[in-house]
Amino acid sequence: MITLLKNGRIYDPAHNKNGVVEDIYIRDGRIVAKPAVTEKIDHTFDLSGKVVMAGAIDMHSHIGGGKVNIARMMLPEYQQKQAQELKSLSEPEAHICTPHCSHHATPSTTDTGFRYIEMGYTAAFEPAISPVNARQAHLEMGDTPMIDKGGYAMLGNDDYFLRLLAGKKDQKAINDYVAWILHATQAIGIKVVNPGGINAFKFNQRRLDLDENNVHYQISPREILQSLSRAVHDLGIAKPLHVHCNNLGAAGNFATTLDTMSASSGLPMHLTHIQFHSYGTEGDKKFSSAAAQIAEALNKNKHITADVGQILFGQTVTASGDSMMQHLNAKHANPKKSVIMDIECDAGCGVLPFKYRDQNYVNALQWAIGLELFLSVEDPWRIFLTTDHPNGAPFTSYPHLIRLLMDKTFRNDAFSKLNLDAQTMSNLTSLDREYSLYEIAIMTRAGAGKLIGLNDRGHLGTGAAADITVYTDQPDREAMFSKPDYVFKNGELVVKNGNVVKVVWGVTHTAKPTFDIGVEKDLKDYFNRYQTMQMDNFKISNDEISDDGRGRVVVHHKTNE
Amino acid sequence: MKNPNHNATPLNATCPACGLLCDDITLSTAAELTLQNGCAIACSKGIRFFEQSAKTSASAAPTVAGKQTDLTSAISAAAIILRNSKQPLFAGLGTEVQGMRTVMRLAEKTNATLDHMHSEATVSNTRTMQNSGWLTTTLSEVKNRADVILAIGTDITSSHPRFFEKLVQNHDSLFNKPSPEMIYLGATPETAAGSAIACDTAKLPEIINTLNALLNGKELHTEAVASIPVKTLTDLLEKLKNAKYAVIVWSAGALKIPHAELLVQSHAELVVQSIVQLISKLNENSRAAGLPLNSGDGDTTVNNTSTWLSGYPTRNRFNNGMPEYDTYHNTTQKQLASCDALLWISTFTPHAAPDCKAPTIAIGHPDTPFTQVPDVFIPVGIPGFDHAGQMFRMDSSITLPLKKLRDSSLPSLSEVITMIEAKLSAEVTA
Repeated sequence: MITLLKNGRIYDPAHNKNGVVEDIYIRDGRIVAKPAVTEKIDHTFDLSGKVVMAGAIDMHSHIGGGKVNIARMMLPEYQQKQAQELKSLSEPEAHICTPHCSHHATPSTTDTGFRYIEMGYTAAFEPAISPVNARQAHLEMGDTPMIDKGGYAMLGNDDYFLRLLAGKKDQKAINDYVAWILHATQAIGIKVVNPGGINAFKFNQRRLDLDENNVHYQISPREILQSLSRAVHDLGIAKPLHVHCNNLGAAGNFATTLDTMSASSGLPMHLTHIQFHSYGTEGDKKFSSAAAQIAEALNKNKHITADVGQILFGQTVTASGDSMMQHLNAKHANPKKSVIMDIECDAGCGVLPFKYRDQNYVNALQWAIGLELFLSVEDPWRIFLTTDHPNGAPFTSYPHLIRLLMDKTFRNDAFSKLNLDAQTMSNLTSLDREYSLYEIAIMTRAGAGKLIGLNDRGHLGTGAAADITVYTDQPDREAMFSKPDYVFKNGELVVKNGNVVKVVWGVTHTAKPTFDIGVEKDLKDYFNRYQTMQMDNFKISNDEISDDGRGRVVVHHKTNE
Repeated sequence: MKNPNHNATPLNATCPACGLLCDDITLSTAAELTLQNGCAIACSKGIRFFEQSAKTSASAAPTVAGKQTDLTSAISAAAIILRNSKQPLFAGLGTEVQGMRTVMRLAEKTNATLDHMHSEATVSNTRTMQNSGWLTTTLSEVKNRADVILAIGTDITSSHPRFFEKLVQNHDSLFNKPSPEMIYLGATPETAAGSAIACDTAKLPEIINTLNALLNGKELHTEAVASIPVKTLTDLLEKLKNAKYAVIVWSAGALKIPHAELLVQSHAELVVQSIVQLISKLNENSRAAGLPLNSGDGDTTVNNTSTWLSGYPTRNRFNNGMPEYDTYHNTTQKQLASCDALLWISTFTPHAAPDCKAPTIAIGHPDTPFTQVPDVFIPVGIPGFDHAGQMFRMDSSITLPLKKLRDSSLPSLSEVITMIEAKLSAEVTA
């Protein structure tokens, strides 16, 4: 069966296509070359004048696993219908609600899948799977319909890894362990959160700087970053080490962030939700924007990529693996409650509800800092559009964020309504840049697919999976990106006029580099002596993901560049 | 005890009998069923579960109105009851992840109210977490870090028998810590390792809030609180403050006191709230964490699964397909009086269905006893014995696979619920 998407304006940055009018042919879920004239076209969609992009990929969104479920459980008030309209129209950004725009910070798994696909997103990646909790994360993602899933496994605060490092084990031992974790947790990347700090918090350390030692292991975050970025590189997986820097949210943390860029000695690293790590200490309130310094460093350091973690005003919840910094920030929780956990000599978590207010100096400046970063980082292939869902804002705010990036007048109007002190501390209005559709397609499609190593997603080339989103070109970019005309998932029409017309189940993307299985000998001993579960039960089999008849594991290998 | 399958090879099992969810179990079913675990001491609860499971027939037949019938007829009878119901109650809910996934789908279709058999205890914890949050820990952290463990209102072992063998008296820990000091408040351990401060359960809020007052620097103008000398309490507080990693264990299910129905917060909730405050304050200067014990029968599993699928833990309901949550109204006790159908589920253990005037469907353990003949009874496999599954440990962070240990012709709960759902959908389209 062949489907023809006719005469669309194609935005496919992976193939340098910037609005060219072309036809796309789909057969068996894939994009194919133009078939012979003798072949029958079964369905034709006339896309004259429409904007056609690959399905969007959210490379950092907390969609499943322990802390997300804790957030749901602790915040039943968010689920209630009236509470879903928390963001009122009187707020300065003049957010236009679509019928499905629930501003819901803690959607159920079903709602997560539906809200994503309705915006034209066809994949989302859970960036913080603690390895011991990976089974739950995959169960939740398995119950998330419509989109493809995947995740990054957190290392660098687990006692097994820190013992290896403190015991001066060679890089091969580290690499084998990292690869084993990727296999065992069915992940596609490795993340480190507050390197060494979550572990240090369990020893009652309250802050950890890049070159400060964890009191027990006498190891610094820098050493952890060096070791893990090297392992990820040596193993040949595409996704660079995903780094949540030390000192999240602290005034003056931009210095740590700048220093962190050098920690991998030139090997690729991705600095996540960098907005939360771009704070200076200038001004009366000792809190200022360091976006210019961070952007300058990002422009210079080509081995570093980053996603922004934009905040948007309203009620949300922050769910992080960073128990150390979340505990420190618990006093700012709104409503005032927090769940903090130490987890299994493996990880931690901290969940705090948060209400970002435009008249609050710090919040207003955070908003501006995120946008300053977006507009000052030159290469859209190295900066990604995220709100660190739900930490900066629910992912349903993406269309609004896209409008802020593409529409200077809209952005400056919003800025003019912010806390006045914050306005004086930001250069946002001097940044005239407006993102183009092509650049948006890079940030949300081509760049994300390339970064994660999804060779057949994020682009519209022959052989790619036919995950395709079709929009009506509208001056109001928020309206445009809120409600695609069509979304195709693996060639099937699943969304029409912003509404789901067919329920499908995506796959789970993974990376499984080869490694020496001998690593299990020491691991088995470790599990027997120190853990409270068996090593064999720690590992998640492919069958566990496919047994329900809906999911499937897809393994990605790095292509030679 | 004779075992029906005569499987000579020892089998690795995960034990769902309590929230510790031990997976270091080897089951030998050669002639007699024997159980080995990672400890020298046998676990009474685990043995009881596996012995009872092995004795249970692997081929029990369903009944309709007390008469044996085939599965298809029983499914039809169940579907008819649910079709005629406007507000069914799904109670018991003793199941694992796969079972609960299908229960949630059926609940959405039938506008059911959902309540777990042990939710009275769970709700005290959940509501505290929803009111103030909390700081908690998990089993491996306790094993490797805890140097002081305070058990409040529970001896721990009666509900979680291997707690001490696995987590307290362990010889291996990562940081060469000494064996933790055990202190009991309001519970008397049978095997008296550690010290005990005796008190009435009803006095726990008073006592723990005295600790909170002392920790906040308040002076007390009294010698004793609830008959406990203030000196005893200040000594206890010093131990908690000086600990490298203090763990406070409680079991909300053990904190019930009689005649407390008139309280806005349950007594258990008052205790849990005061414990959580104590932990929070301790963490301003030192490290401490809580460890709430669960009650079992998949309570942690069911609440987690319900939460990711509907946004709410149990005591939720569906209204025109939309989930709602109300811990006060959606209790089994209240809903039994007003529901127009009851679906009772208990697959791990043969818990009796409560008496109910409305038509009753029971799906569960083949040996489920009844005081009142249910309209439909469908015996299903025991998770972790007759079929595989996934289960959450008491600390929620760990989910483990349950193993299939014998051949069984019993369907699983998820298979039965899926068939009922299909039958309902077929009737709607017909």
